[in-house]
Amino acid sequence: MFAELLQYMLSGLTIGAIYALAGLGFSIIYNASHVINFAQGEFIMIGGMASATLTASGVPLPLAILIGCGGAMLVGVAVAKFAVERARDASTVTLIIITIGASIFLRGLAELVWGKDFKRLDAFSGETPIQFLGASMQPQSLWVVGCAGVLIVAIGLFFNKTLTGKAMLATSHNRLAAQLVGIDVKRVVLASFALSAALGAVGGAVVAPITFSYTEMGIMLGLKGFTAAVLGGLGHGPGAVAGGLIVGVAEALGAGYISSAYKDAVAFVIILAVLLFMPNGLFGKRGAERV
Amino acid sequence: MRIRLLSTMAAVVGLTLGAVTGAASAADPIKVGAIISATGPASFLGDPEKKVLELYADRVNQAGGVAGRTVQLTVYDDGGAADKAASFTKRLIESDKVDVIVGGTTTAATMAAAPLVERGEVPFISLAGAVVIVEPVKKWVFKTPHTDRMAAEKVMDDLKKRGLTKLALVSEDSGFGKSGREQTLAVAKERGIELVADETYGAKDTDVTAQLTKIRNNAAAQAVLVFGLGQGPAVVTKNYRQLGITLPLYQSHGVASKEYIRLAGGAAEGVRLPAAGLVVASQLADSDPQKKVVVEFTKVYEEAFSSEVSTFAGHAYDGLMIALDAVKRAGGTDKAKLRDAIEQTKGYVGTGGIVTMSAKDHMGLSLDAFHMVEVKQGDWALVK
Repeated sequence: MFAELLQYMLSGLTIGAIYALAGLGFSIIYNASHVINFAQGEFIMIGGMASATLTASGVPLPLAILIGCGGAMLVGVAVAKFAVERARDASTVTLIIITIGASIFLRGLAELVWGKDFKRLDAFSGETPIQFLGASMQPQSLWVVGCAGVLIVAIGLFFNKTLTGKAMLATSHNRLAAQLVGIDVKRVVLASFALSAALGAVGGAVVAPITFSYTEMGIMLGLKGFTAAVLGGLGHGPGAVAGGLIVGVAEALGAGYISSAYKDAVAFVIILAVLLFMPNGLFGKRGAERV
Repeated sequence: MRIRLLSTMAAVVGLTLGAVTGAASAADPIKVGAIISATGPASFLGDPEKKVLELYADRVNQAGGVAGRTVQLTVYDDGGAADKAASFTKRLIESDKVDVIVGGTTTAATMAAAPLVERGEVPFISLAGAVVIVEPVKKWVFKTPHTDRMAAEKVMDDLKKRGLTKLALVSEDSGFGKSGREQTLAVAKERGIELVADETYGAKDTDVTAQLTKIRNNAAAQAVLVFGLGQGPAVVTKNYRQLGITLPLYQSHGVASKEYIRLAGGAAEGVRLPAAGLVVASQLADSDPQKKVVVEFTKVYEEAFSSEVSTFAGHAYDGLMIALDAVKRAGGTDKAKLRDAIEQTKGYVGTGGIVTMSAKDHMGLSLDAFHMVEVKQGDWALVK
């Protein structure tokens, strides 16, 4: 009984950590530009695909992840520069639709570059399951949770301790005022896209050994990440992390105790309930404009 | 996306009697339409299917065509979406005016296209697995792959041989998995196997440990059968080993491609599944009538695409060959005659087995067409 619950929790926390990273990506971009970037899932895909294909062709894993990360950042900046920035005067809804277009474009491009089949990435430290109080988990789960944890802490420090981070934070609070004190808001937007892309790409790389990577892996992960961000309150970093973990665990518990057929439905029931009953999410304070 | 392989050979080579039947019809190409999921989640099935159709349409044309007529192939990619499959079927029937349709990579696509071909009265040879496609028999619908019912029967026979009677089922939440589940439930009842667990997972799930934990805690289960396609079964296999479950693991014929072994890696060792002779081509006995066909097909495919052959590629080959063979016997492409000729296919030796269709059986394969194989050292091995 307890072992069963523990097993569900472990599964939920592993996948929840990835949702948290995706959700954090949504929040960072939302803060800087008020855009909900639906290409976030594609950043995850780029990270996963790049690391899987590069290691398969002999590149050492850390380097492969770095290249994937760099590639995703470039793509992120390109999306911001050539798609989002050019439509700066358009309404938020239009911008969001532009990001959906960008995500479809990136998926198509990835299919051309990497092909349509599933790529396999070996687990970072073997596949011997770790037994833990009657539950078992893949060593890769520790990597996923660990990397997510480190990144989340690093992002927190970045926003609160560095000047650039503070500038980004300031922009999210009041764009005009930030501009008045000399913050280059355009660059903040670019930086936010690059940062989110890097987060997504690392997430994609560490989760690839568990999920396999393929060009459409980003769709569901992106949507779940969005759910996480909304649940935590859009734009609220720690909220997105909590939201991701909650969605992951809720899914695993739903699959275990209710029915595995409704696993994906759990996340979407959550998002509907949040939007209907507490549109500011669990931690969101201000009454932001919803679309 | 449409690809037209226009004939390059205009010369009429007198191959069969058909060439003599009249100059007018001989000049017209045989229009073969195809709806394939070349992209999307079922692309690992559809991509080889599309390549095989194109390759063999070319080869047939270079060899002088069929009955002196060239084959003109029109392929549409439904991206794995059933609604697109339906609209492309409509287009094939109404604007391309094809003589025969091969395809429907997935059961869902096939079932979406079926009412349209029935109404349009165009012979349709599906490449999808579920038994619902040919049961009940639909006048214009045929299929080449083995059914999920046969897979379930083959697995249960193997269980009985090993003296196991209690099976846990994990099926995918897709057309293939759902139909497989229904068939497994039905076959289990017939053969006296008790189903002690009945779990499902989503086709794109990345973690199935929750479902498998339930099975692990179910003391009654003696073996586990997974019914799914694509990466799902590979995820299940990995999670299965992760949880340290030691019961025999069976998969359906839906994973009978090297892709599965590659994705699941070491976790796939010892997994058993029913598969067509094609995947174990070189291990078949020389006396096996299929041996020559499958070895030849494997050679052609692997030379052309320098990738390993999969059973799905074989289904497309069988579909095209059955259609063209029927054109020969029907002496043309009159749709009603062509349909009758397909239904009368007898003793065709294909990659899936020996096909003998009838008015009651629009697939024409018997249980012998399946071989039980086991994954050993990263390759398929015939279970004796």
